[in-house]
Amino acid sequence: MSEEDYGFDTRAIHAGAQPDPATGARATPIYQTTSFVFDDTQHAADLFALRSFGNIYTRIMNPTQAVLESKVASLEGGTAAVACASGHAAQFLVFHLLMQPGDEFVAASQLYGGSINQFNHSFKSFNWKVVWANADKPRSFEKAITKKTKAIFIESIANPGGKVTDLAAIAEIARENKIPLIVDNTLATPYLCRPFEHGADIVVHSLTKFMGGHGNSMGGVIVDGGTFNWSEQAGKYPLLSEPNASYNGMVLSETFGNIAFAIGARVLGLRDFGPAISPTNAFNILTGMETLSLRMQRHCDSTLKVAKWLNKNDAVSWVSYAGLKKDPYHKLQKRYAPKGAGAVFTFGLNGGYDMGVKVVSNVELFSHLANVGDTRSLIIHPASTTHSQLSAAQLLKAGAGPEVVRLSIGLEDPADLIADLDQAIKA
Amino acid sequence: MTKHRFDHNRYSPSYIRGILRDAKTIAIVGASANDVRPSFFVLKYLIEKGYEVYPINPSMAGKSALGREFYASLADVPVAIDMVDVFRGGDAVQGIVDEALQLSPLPKVIWMQLGVRNDEAAQKAEAKGINVVMNRCPKMEYGKHSGEWQWIGGNTGLISSKKQKLHSSGRVQSLGI
Ligand SMILES: Cc1ncc(COP(=O)(O)O)c(C=O)c1O
Repeated sequence: MSEEDYGFDTRAIHAGAQPDPATGARATPIYQTTSFVFDDTQHAADLFALRSFGNIYTRIMNPTQAVLESKVASLEGGTAAVACASGHAAQFLVFHLLMQPGDEFVAASQLYGGSINQFNHSFKSFNWKVVWANADKPRSFEKAITKKTKAIFIESIANPGGKVTDLAAIAEIARENKIPLIVDNTLATPYLCRPFEHGADIVVHSLTKFMGGHGNSMGGVIVDGGTFNWSEQAGKYPLLSEPNASYNGMVLSETFGNIAFAIGARVLGLRDFGPAISPTNAFNILTGMETLSLRMQRHCDSTLKVAKWLNKNDAVSWVSYAGLKKDPYHKLQKRYAPKGAGAVFTFGLNGGYDMGVKVVSNVELFSHLANVGDTRSLIIHPASTTHSQLSAAQLLKAGAGPEVVRLSIGLEDPADLIADLDQAIKA
Repeated sequence: MTKHRFDHNRYSPSYIRGILRDAKTIAIVGASANDVRPSFFVLKYLIEKGYEVYPINPSMAGKSALGREFYASLADVPVAIDMVDVFRGGDAVQGIVDEALQLSPLPKVIWMQLGVRNDEAAQKAEAKGINVVMNRCPKMEYGKHSGEWQWIGGNTGLISSKKQKLHSSGRVQSLGI
């Protein structure tokens, strides 16, 4: 039976995780080792030259990590994946493969604040230029594209506002302009949305969030959709389509076909920059992923309850959650994430900045911290934390004005969460 | 006997597995001795997996790589060929398939590499009862069925709760047959 015939839950548990041939261990072992012995010098040479499959050194690959990668690739419907130390590392490795100094990429301004920082400031050191577009207006991406544009970057469900992006419309623009569409699918996870089905070419995740789901391990992943032809436009993506001096002139796109991007991220990105995921973190995230659909559905169901309650509360000026029927993103949610709108959303308090600070200070059950996608419910005031490096204008663009509070709803009883918010507002 | 017309966009795992299990002799048309070329990788991999591989490349005829002698054409190969792996694209495909169809006995399989597809040539071969695979790499497919593909984070498309089997060399995993 082909894996494509198996359902999502079966794949979440089994994909990539066949019992190992040496011990027969049923759960995936944690291969807590830095290195792997060679059979002989020829074997070592073949591995280094990428002529043979096999393990060399955990900076580049590790068997526990490989199970995680294959599983994510299967759930997303990609050809291959590469795991790394964090979501931000994944983004860095992606752009390293695509960009030369002086190149540009177009990104939605509706992104996680950390990504806005990475693109605006740190990428400048490499002379990679981000041009911002408006995710609500797909045509704005088209206008921002120049001859130097190498990619488009968007989030499927955007952090912090929980806004759903019109993936197919933006994918169409990427295709017309022969550039890859990169989608950060962190807040949706493949349980809610699979961007490759809507025309994405590369998917990235912060595995730190819902994929691991327990707030205990950092991780990131790059998934290769296998759809983009890197060698079609001569010289446009030289790391992928031209002879590589560090591999004796091998051409990645020629040798590795529809997994060339994933291979490049590993054998150039991980090899030379080094943001490897630890085997133990890979194991923790794998364990979390086995229950992805159960957790995500509960996350979504509880979030809808909390959002509905807030929507009726007098202290609340607005709620931005695509799961609400009157939300402007509800139609897009029904199209791209029909099982649920995720568990991260924002709301505004009538009392503005001070009221935001008050609620965040008075909650007992919600944890005040800078993360999303935990079993525990989380609360934050983006303007003073995750998004505090942004200008006032950027804050508004990113949906993180002074009155905004962001919630990430966990797996506790929703009635308890509502009671906690109620007492914090009334306090 | 009318041959079942395959959907060449999506091969069943058992179809691919059966081909890789039953083939013993494989001719690679367009094989290279340059050790950074994909055709060299495939040549080396298939030899390591125990296949009797015959590299075909007129410019290399008489020379050898990895202990295997190159032949100028399919017709020069001294044994019956089970599978012809076409490592040439574009216009060359039709001619290679025509040559393969002149062989006696006929090959059982014509396999066109990843990126290579010629439906007309495929139909000709299928009409003679030959199984055809297009736009796939036998190294990648063997890797998916042996589990090695998973080592590099690849989506194998396969699930099993059976213990994986080690290749007799101990070095690489086998198809488990
Ligand atoms: C949507 C999104 N993308 C990327 C990241 C960055 O991931 P990490 O913290 O694992 O580097 C985050 C983290 O909050 C995120 O929410």
